[in-house]
Amino acid sequence: MSEHAVHVDGLVKVFDVPEREAGLAAAAKGLVRRKTREVRAVDEISFTVDPGEVVGFLGPNGAGKTTTLKMLSGLLYPSGGVARVLGFEPSKRQRGFLSRITLVMGNRNQLQWDLPALDSYELNRAIYRIPRERFAPTRDELIELLDIGDLVRKPVRQLSLGERMKAEIVGALLHQPQVLFLDEPTIGLDVTMQKRIRTFVADYNERYGATVLLTSHYMADVEALCKRVVVIHHGRILYDGPLAGLADQFAAYKTIGVALENGHTDLSRYGEVIHTDGDWITLRVPKAETSSVTARLLTEEHVLDLNVEDPPIEDVIELVFAQERPE
Amino acid sequence: MTTVVPEVAHEGEAGRFRSMVDLYVTTARTAVSQQFQYRTANYFYMLGMIAEPVIYLVVWTTIADQQGGSVNGLSAGYFAAYYIVWTLVRNMNIVFGAPFWEHRIREGELNRDLLRPVLPLHYDIAYFAGWKVVVIVLWIPLAIALSFLFDPSLSPNVQQVVAFGIAIWGAYLIRTMFQEALGMLCFWTTRGAAIFDLWMTLELLLSGRLVPLPLMPDWVQEISRFLPFQWAFYFPIETLVGDYSNVELVRGLLVQLLWILIGLAIFRVAWRYAIRRYSAVGG
Repeated sequence: MSEHAVHVDGLVKVFDVPEREAGLAAAAKGLVRRKTREVRAVDEISFTVDPGEVVGFLGPNGAGKTTTLKMLSGLLYPSGGVARVLGFEPSKRQRGFLSRITLVMGNRNQLQWDLPALDSYELNRAIYRIPRERFAPTRDELIELLDIGDLVRKPVRQLSLGERMKAEIVGALLHQPQVLFLDEPTIGLDVTMQKRIRTFVADYNERYGATVLLTSHYMADVEALCKRVVVIHHGRILYDGPLAGLADQFAAYKTIGVALENGHTDLSRYGEVIHTDGDWITLRVPKAETSSVTARLLTEEHVLDLNVEDPPIEDVIELVFAQERPE
Repeated sequence: MTTVVPEVAHEGEAGRFRSMVDLYVTTARTAVSQQFQYRTANYFYMLGMIAEPVIYLVVWTTIADQQGGSVNGLSAGYFAAYYIVWTLVRNMNIVFGAPFWEHRIREGELNRDLLRPVLPLHYDIAYFAGWKVVVIVLWIPLAIALSFLFDPSLSPNVQQVVAFGIAIWGAYLIRTMFQEALGMLCFWTTRGAAIFDLWMTLELLLSGRLVPLPLMPDWVQEISRFLPFQWAFYFPIETLVGDYSNVELVRGLLVQLLWILIGLAIFRVAWRYAIRRYSAVGG
């Protein structure tokens, strides 16, 4: 049995997508012969995740993130390659596997719409065969952690998006899954609610030693939770490593923030001035020239303060996402 | 401090059975709670549901009266009994229909169902069974009112009442299995509606829903004997309204069981292949 919580080797998912030109003639032609196009949504990706690890799964829309999560949670049957989660082959959808994982999709409602969340939790107890003596304390603990004690008795349809998301998360974790696939869990939520959910995921990971694979378009989620990220684009893995290492690999520049004794001075000869905030000026300089530019600034200008940083993670991700599909 | 995640309990056969009973009871209870949220809608639904049999009833009792009190030997009182019992059997026949599979797939609801460690079929059976409890409760006053209006000839013995109690659930399961199996087509085509309509038409004609089967031509009755439709409609009605012997009642119930197993087998095979084609759209 694999010692990794998640083991993916050469995983492939190909969809046959029907397509035709616009118009009546094309529609009539489609009656006789249907044209389809093969789309490789996931194209031979390989990675592993250790037990208890929290990994960010990043990529632009359509990169293959959700398709991968769906294969790992047993929703989709892979077209090729190997996927194993906790030693199980997800596509077999064995009871032992499904009882140990969860997939939370931020835009999906898993709870009974017209009933209080408590009724859905009771249903989950029966579905996951959670012993009653374990169910009640787990439910109450999760409700307390997410602070939704007064919401779980209201019909789900009357909850706000954020409240519903918290109620959804409780429902998804009642069976104490060992692997959490979180697909955009904070989408559409306000900043406070996002933070609350981030804190909760970190707590859950620490408390239960659960493995977490998280996709999010909010870099704050990733920065707060994930030391390691896997970047996927056009169905292929572009990067797998520490979050901090992304900039080293993809950003061709660094930023130098500087405050001068004589206030505003034209620093454009040192690099591209990208921001000025009071006396603080931010320059963008090619990575290879960072040291020399810093040295020149320190010798040629009256510098009060200076720091050198990687560009913001959002900018790095933007650079990564802008990459063309390799042929 | 890391909390140890409990292992999934290994149950014996008895434990598995208890868990399944718990699942069915809890799901059915959820369905009842949900249906009680829509009290008014349920009453209107039931009133709408009796419109169809009342039309048939008025037509056939009128014809019977014009022909000296019976049609092909079936009296006005028989028609009244047939169509009053019809209303309950029809309601028992409402299951998770094949067209809903398209909705389930398109709206991404199947994603939720597939993540659960239980076959969606179990959930559907249990959920709709719970809904039937509400339907039966609502049906009783309607049946009493219709009985006052149409004076049915209904005098079943105990064996017939018991057989009817089993047969209506047999009907429910036959229709569930075949509708679920038919619904698997949605994994291959997004335009299954034409096939579902054809199936519905056959069902309407060959089940006894439109008219009691003895009024159909002999060759239609012969064909219908070898199809599942009448065992989910005509047979349960006749267990109460007709004059089946005990042997015929038992034989009929066994035929129902056979059709349930055939439907289940078709579903299981279709499901195995269908799920491989699932593209998990809608989230």
